[in-house]
Amino acid sequence: MPATFYNEMHAADAGVRAHYRQFDHWLSTTAPDRVAQKRSEADLLFRRAGITFAVYGEAAGTERLIPFDIIPRIIPQHEWRMLERGLKQRVHALNLFLHDVYHEQKIVKAGIVPAEKVLGNAQFRESMRGVDVPGGIYAHIAGVDIVRAGEGEYYVLEDNLRVPSGVSYMLENRKMMMRLFPELFAREMVAPVDHYPDMLLENLRAVGPAGLPNPTVVLLTPGVYNSAYFEHSFLAQQMGIELVQGRDLFVKNRVVFMHTTRGPQRVDVIYRRIDDDFLDPQAFRADSMLGVPGLFEAYLAGNVTLANAIGTGVADDKSMYIHVPDMIRFYLAEEPVLSNVPTWQPSRPEDLSYVLAHLADVVVKEVHGAGGYGMLVGPAATQAELEDFRARLIADPGRYIAQPTLALSTCPTFAGTDIAPRHIDLRPFVLSGRDINLVPGGLSRVALREGSLVVNSSQGGGTKDTWVLEA
Amino acid sequence: MLSRTANELYWMARHIERAENTARMLDITSQLALLPYRQMEPGQSWAAPWAIPLITTGIATDFYARHPVLSPENVLDFLVCDASNPSSIAACINAARESGRAVRGSISQEMYEDLNLTWLELQHYTLERVLSQGPSDFFDWVKRRSHLFRGATFGTMLRDEGYSFIRMGTFLERADNTARIVDVKYYTLLPSLDDVGGAVDYYQWSALLRSVSAFEAYRKIYRDTITPVRVAELLILREDMPRSLHACMGEMYEILKGLSDAGTREPERLAGEIHAQLHYGRTEQIFATGLHEYLMAFLDKTSQLAQEITDHFLVPVQR
Repeated sequence: MPATFYNEMHAADAGVRAHYRQFDHWLSTTAPDRVAQKRSEADLLFRRAGITFAVYGEAAGTERLIPFDIIPRIIPQHEWRMLERGLKQRVHALNLFLHDVYHEQKIVKAGIVPAEKVLGNAQFRESMRGVDVPGGIYAHIAGVDIVRAGEGEYYVLEDNLRVPSGVSYMLENRKMMMRLFPELFAREMVAPVDHYPDMLLENLRAVGPAGLPNPTVVLLTPGVYNSAYFEHSFLAQQMGIELVQGRDLFVKNRVVFMHTTRGPQRVDVIYRRIDDDFLDPQAFRADSMLGVPGLFEAYLAGNVTLANAIGTGVADDKSMYIHVPDMIRFYLAEEPVLSNVPTWQPSRPEDLSYVLAHLADVVVKEVHGAGGYGMLVGPAATQAELEDFRARLIADPGRYIAQPTLALSTCPTFAGTDIAPRHIDLRPFVLSGRDINLVPGGLSRVALREGSLVVNSSQGGGTKDTWVLEA
Repeated sequence: MLSRTANELYWMARHIERAENTARMLDITSQLALLPYRQMEPGQSWAAPWAIPLITTGIATDFYARHPVLSPENVLDFLVCDASNPSSIAACINAARESGRAVRGSISQEMYEDLNLTWLELQHYTLERVLSQGPSDFFDWVKRRSHLFRGATFGTMLRDEGYSFIRMGTFLERADNTARIVDVKYYTLLPSLDDVGGAVDYYQWSALLRSVSAFEAYRKIYRDTITPVRVAELLILREDMPRSLHACMGEMYEILKGLSDAGTREPERLAGEIHAQLHYGRTEQIFATGLHEYLMAFLDKTSQLAQEITDHFLVPVQR
């Protein structure tokens, strides 16, 4: 691993970077006691407000706080402009790709993406072929994970097009910072993010079944034991829409209704936070207790919009990731603004032998994995873990991809009472409806353990407020 | 409003009210237990003070399945801490908080935070701590948390349908509890006719009044000795007594009038019928019927009403 990392706040030789100067001044002139007191206040407020998440593998209902670090991640305006352009371009191309693979498959015919990668993909939904979705939009909400490496260049690490989560923390973190340190916001021009729920609702209303001027939008959650339940209820509440579970809905004559105290009421748009597999026991997994029988038929009949659409998973798994730059060139005839991380595909024999030879230097991920589960970080792995992954790679190479261990940038972070650099990433949320838009910034996650590169909350990561400076 | 949401709000309120009422019931119990009761009533262990909260709520069998011996510690453990007993204070607070969490978007943030804080503080109470601090401290805490929650609800929640379901949960549970408390004193505690009007009788009635926060009101209204007829009048028929059956059913009727439409007339009608009987009722008629019989009939009617509300609003069958 490289000995030095790009530090978001401190340049190697030139002191504090320009966009951090105001903050640095505040931090160095504020009494440590006050900062410490504010940090514990933040903890208390998060706990009291019940802003928690559940960890799978622990007893049902176990709730944990995501550690919140009060030192913000600051992005200068010119960098954000570039990121914003790149993100819109990328999500635009991904939506065009999804429409294409479920219609003409031009990109396959042009030989850019191999047919077996599309048709043989477990996330490809044969039943979606030829189905037209409103506006041709599949990924209404996309969470694109971005990291900064080496000398400061940004890379896209992965695209989350199924049910990306985390946006509620982005919003709550900002609210917390403004409550704890109003003086900071009086001094700095931090671009606001609070309008995200409005923007989301507007996008969802724009994609209702054809011709409906005033569609009824609901948010479908798996329920209180889901790890992101807080977020589901938070977003539903902020948008002023009903938070429904599968059992609240039923389908009659291919139309979706919800049970209300005034009898059945029609539902037009479902912002669903349930995976495809569990949406409809009649169409997908028969054992799903979370879904709505008949929902898929109603969807195919065009009587209800699902956001995100069914079948988006084909575009966001890690084996398709490598083709995204080519998708941008193919559909938009543009050069990608944002780069991919170089990626090896062990399904190719030459890549497999390279990866096996350099296992201790690379990161290996499951193609369909998410949440930081089932991955290998070579430089941090034990001998036994390396051997385990070696065997797994040889047994089933198509299940994995590998990437160089990126020298993820760091941001100063509280570690106990000291401040030390910790690795971070960024997840902006890109919304597609009538247009493509996003609020400035996103969710910054931080790996709290020294040297760790895994920022997932399920693996001990924390979060920071993300500031895009307007001046 | 979503039926499931209405259902959760209704049960959230019922559970908070139930936790408060259990605390009230245990509070009166621990006060009655200070009397030299056993010496007066040898062999009547079913009427021992610590059996009261079990008998009134109909869970004595469950208790004896878990605890062979009736002791203050065991009853407190069962009714305060035992999360596996759905009537315990801990279980009620857990359930209320779970319901609140399930519909936190439909209540104000301050309500949720208050509910969550109650739940967080509850985690610090163990049986040892409740006993060593003196249970009254704990019961006060429960009542205070319930008051706070109702206050947060009253002060911050939109007066929408959800608010109506919360109020209904509160009043149905409260009416149920008041009826049970009145019934218990009349049946379980009267040792023999000789004791009526005696010091113990007085102490019991005043403890009962205090347990529903009605002692001062009684003094203010009657300015006289405590008699069963007046207690029954106060707690059953007085409209201005906030925990009386009349007051509770008056609220229920008003709420249901506001909620009813063509398909939901039956809950409103039934609430109106129960309310009318209380509104035009007289104590003479109650005592002619027999207080116990009267209260049992009331509990029957209210559980019918609860069922109608469930069928029409909360868990509707698919139409």
